[in-house]
Amino acid sequence: MDALVSRYSRPAFQNEGYSKEDQQQALQDVAPPLSLNFALPPVASAASWLRAMTDDHSNPNVPIKIAHGTTTLAFRFKGGIIVATDSRATAGNWIASQTVKKVIEINPMLLGTMAGGAADCQYWLAYLGMQCRLHELRQKRRISVAAASKILANLVYSYKGMGLSMGTMCAGVTPTEGPALYYIDSDGTRLAGNLFCVGSGQTFAYGVLDAEYKYELEDEEALELGRRSILAATHRDAYSGGYINLYHVKESGWVKHGFTDTNPVFWETKLKKGEFSNVTANLD
Amino acid sequence: MSSPFAINGGACVAMVGKDCVAIACDLRLGLQALTVSNDFPKIFPFGSSTYLGLTGLATDVATVSELFRFKVNMYRLREERDIGPQTFANLVSSSLYERRFGPWFVSPVVAGINEKTGKPFICGFDSIGCIDFAKDFIVSGTASDQLFGTCEGLWEPDLEPEDLFETISQALLNAVDRDALSGWGAHVYIIEKDKVTKRLLKGRQD
Repeated sequence: MDALVSRYSRPAFQNEGYSKEDQQQALQDVAPPLSLNFALPPVASAASWLRAMTDDHSNPNVPIKIAHGTTTLAFRFKGGIIVATDSRATAGNWIASQTVKKVIEINPMLLGTMAGGAADCQYWLAYLGMQCRLHELRQKRRISVAAASKILANLVYSYKGMGLSMGTMCAGVTPTEGPALYYIDSDGTRLAGNLFCVGSGQTFAYGVLDAEYKYELEDEEALELGRRSILAATHRDAYSGGYINLYHVKESGWVKHGFTDTNPVFWETKLKKGEFSNVTANLD
Repeated sequence: MSSPFAINGGACVAMVGKDCVAIACDLRLGLQALTVSNDFPKIFPFGSSTYLGLTGLATDVATVSELFRFKVNMYRLREERDIGPQTFANLVSSSLYERRFGPWFVSPVVAGINEKTGKPFICGFDSIGCIDFAKDFIVSGTASDQLFGTCEGLWEPDLEPEDLFETISQALLNAVDRDALSGWGAHVYIIEKDKVTKRLLKGRQD
């Protein structure tokens, strides 16, 4: 135990870069094999059994209902990255919660978003946070967004076909990469890009975002665009709603810009700016 | 494929008060997750103090409401008077049972005040015409489970019109806020002996 503690108890970031010893150490420290053990149901094909029990789209009366339905978005711009989400969790047509935190703070520099299975996203992004910290301790420098997203992508790929359900975005700013944004899903897809929307309300968010997006956005404009895109999605998509969760990722780390109820924001957007003219505000 | 009753979404509730009744519905019309319209009322007047609420498959809501408009107009021409809520309830019941083996996918609610006795009347139906007479409240639609909860919690006997309005409004708004397929505003009718008040509720728009 003492040996372990002394090995890892140097303050992080003190000696940036590699020494000979470090390189030797890094060669010895091959990433530990996955020691994660999950209990599997005692049936012939666990994956197809689980799908039959949980796929509420093909059968609304499934015994296990997994929380679904989401709008999440993230986009790169001049001033960093904006990450915004709604906060609704549904099980079938039942609104299970209006206050879900779908932005997961992996560490002070890295954000992940949550769409699909809530438990899958929460668990594996927490696991990713752990792996990122271990990388810092071993390599004495912060992990790149590219590497972090790849840990997650490889991890979910190793469980491919087992019924994991997640569509996530990893956003972070590092000195080497600048603002970096990756999309990872449970099929094993991993894409770098400027702009992503994920979830049942993604099309509505894309509609607003694509119309107004440009890389040269100012910070305030970018935050407003993120907010407005989520608002549009919560309005049209039955399975999105609740609160708007807004983050701005900069080189100094992420900054939270509130967890705001959509209702007052909607009526202000409608009545003060004259948008959402489809909604009736008066009788005849 | 989901149930025909839950494709378009929608909710309706009726309540009895002291010498008054209330009926309220949401305004959403959807196609599964996509909200198509925020102005699709599900309550239709049939005479001075007889109202019909229809939730379920939107195409059937439109067709059935038109069918009853026709039938009630024929009744009015023959009888030279408005139809009362009890008579209308029996008309609804027998009309629905005519489609016993291929039902309309609707859950109707009738609310009104009997012109002769001045007594409040509400009732609900299943899709093939079984009448559910109730002394307190009737719920229908995709948020009916939630409405049962809010109504059981908020309703009390002999509410005055203004208190009944507050009760039915809170019951409906809080129920639809827990249902993904209904909401997006509401209409509330407060029916008294010789006065009907219609109000628009600004609900959550998500």
